[in-house]
Amino acid sequence: MLSPFDCALLRLLSFFSVGEFRLLLICIVSTLPTPTAIASAVAFQTEDESCTAEVVNVVFIDRSGQKIPVQGKVGDDVLHLAQRHGIDLEGACEASLACSTCHVYVSQDFVDKLPTPDEQEEDMLDMAPLLQENSRLGCQIILSKELEGAEFTLPKITRNFYVDGHVPKPH
Amino acid sequence: MSRIGGILGCASLSALRVLLPKGPRAGIKRLLSTAEFRPRICIVGSGPAGFYTAQHLLKHHKLTQVDIYEKLPVPFGLVRFGVAPDHPEVKNVINTFTQTARSDRCSFSGNVTVGRDVTVEELQKAYHAVVLSYGAEDNRTLGIPGEDLEGVYTARAFVGWYNGLPENRDLKPDLNSETAVILGHGNVALDVARILLSPLEVLRKTDITEESFSALASSKVKRVCLIGRRGPLQVAFTIKELREMINLPGVRPLLDPADFRDLGDAIKDIPRPKKRLTELMTKTALEEPSEEVGGRWASASKEWRLKFLRSPLEVLPTIDGKRARAIQLAVTRLEGAGDAVKAVPTGEVEELRSGLVFSSIGYKSLPIDPAVPFDSKRGVIPNNSGRVLGAPGLYCSGWVKRGPTGVIITTMNDSFDTAQSVLEDLQSGALELSGAKEGFDLVSHILRSRGVHPVSFLDWEKIDAVEVARGKLSGKPREKIVDQEEMLELIGH
Repeated sequence: MLSPFDCALLRLLSFFSVGEFRLLLICIVSTLPTPTAIASAVAFQTEDESCTAEVVNVVFIDRSGQKIPVQGKVGDDVLHLAQRHGIDLEGACEASLACSTCHVYVSQDFVDKLPTPDEQEEDMLDMAPLLQENSRLGCQIILSKELEGAEFTLPKITRNFYVDGHVPKPH
Repeated sequence: MSRIGGILGCASLSALRVLLPKGPRAGIKRLLSTAEFRPRICIVGSGPAGFYTAQHLLKHHKLTQVDIYEKLPVPFGLVRFGVAPDHPEVKNVINTFTQTARSDRCSFSGNVTVGRDVTVEELQKAYHAVVLSYGAEDNRTLGIPGEDLEGVYTARAFVGWYNGLPENRDLKPDLNSETAVILGHGNVALDVARILLSPLEVLRKTDITEESFSALASSKVKRVCLIGRRGPLQVAFTIKELREMINLPGVRPLLDPADFRDLGDAIKDIPRPKKRLTELMTKTALEEPSEEVGGRWASASKEWRLKFLRSPLEVLPTIDGKRARAIQLAVTRLEGAGDAVKAVPTGEVEELRSGLVFSSIGYKSLPIDPAVPFDSKRGVIPNNSGRVLGAPGLYCSGWVKRGPTGVIITTMNDSFDTAQSVLEDLQSGALELSGAKEGFDLVSHILRSRGVHPVSFLDWEKIDAVEVARGKLSGKPREKIVDQEEMLELIGH
């Protein structure tokens, strides 16, 4: 059984999937002398394996069109999932619904599987360049098993595209 | 849930920073820098444009060194001095910028005025590329009689004042008028209106400066009238800010049904953002509010209204000729279609009594240095995807590149675009890369010889800590230091 403390620790650990941090954390945890800490470290590994049932496979399509398959977990939000895997999705307001920098397109088959966006998200989507019917804010998409196989495409906002979508006139 | 994840992640990451083994990494860096070529790039201005340009360069070129110069001792430009104090979520982006500034390949030098302390030409000697991201430090003027009377302020100065911008600390606006007029229908106009009308218990918990809070606490302003030359379809503010105004506690919105009744067909085929915005205004103007909302509005002691089709002619003075008493407006009608629709005076004139007038008709960039091309008509540096025309090695991003409009994502995309141009030019050889450049070593030598003491990012973090500690005493996220000298004293300059 995991205590609430262990659970919190596990959540913290699972946040870091970058090797460097994870290794470091395991080192810290395993050098702690108390039995609870050792138990936590062991529990962490067991939990990780038992988590396979909770895995959700999704695909990011970055701004160059490259497909990047990613393993997420039920409960992950798409913004932080992308950032954990080095995908260039920005979260200026840190998921507090005050910007639209984490704007993504959700593959058609999955748009309807998401809860409809609330008013605040809709208001922010209005600010997103290249808005489409399947536009959502990454920070508001929470992975569920239903989203297995979903694709999240980053809008191509680079070269020659301005916010309103028109090509700027040459000077 | 996601919000918790973000905060948790961020806090933990910065806590871990100190634990990371620095030694071997630094060793590898040194090795790389001697064995491989290191492009040195400098950025002028540390607002969102500067930081997002820096971020993109650092992320996509693993050797480049980016040095950011800033006029003020403190970083973040309009995120600190423009974003309203009651919008702390928008300021979260400071965490991202701080990560960039803490990179081993990035430096920050505040308290350095480019064009005065060091010229752009000198920067070009020290760096392979110079990116100008210094924003829009001036504002457009009304150009009408009475604009300089007491009681008439630019929204820009007022925003600077309540946000602790050192140059506006002595503004001391006179808030003794019951009616305030704001000329302009943009987000800055709504920010000013919201700050004037917000309940004090809301403002108290923000990072608004102590002095402006106490001035607002004794303000007599009860009515705010926002005036625009054109109609409801031409407003420049965005829906989130409008919704906030409509839901402001203790304040009643007054939208004239006549302005909205005939919009029906016109809004059918407009793009979604404008459509939703117009629908919200129309609903507020025409529909009966719910009992709860209606009750709230009926008992409200303050109100705001949007007034359309009025163009300012003159601010009329009091008898002694010193202060604003009223504003004279020309009634207009619309001519033309689409974005080109123009307000044309009908000949009818009206007067609105108000001793407090804010002009909020837009910001304006200024030329920084005679060596840099500048389009004074459009108020931007002429450029192609951020490459300054006719000036190889010079780039621009943000408001000085495309004009003072848009939200943070606009500036982010625009800055990535400029950074992309720099990266392309590095790769293609279009940038003059023969010979190493001295970068900050050369610039700091120049600055020292002129008695200028740059403020480092570590210095800023000391100022930041003091501000946060002072804020804590009064239950605020921070108490901003508004005196530049005090900031410099704090860090022993």
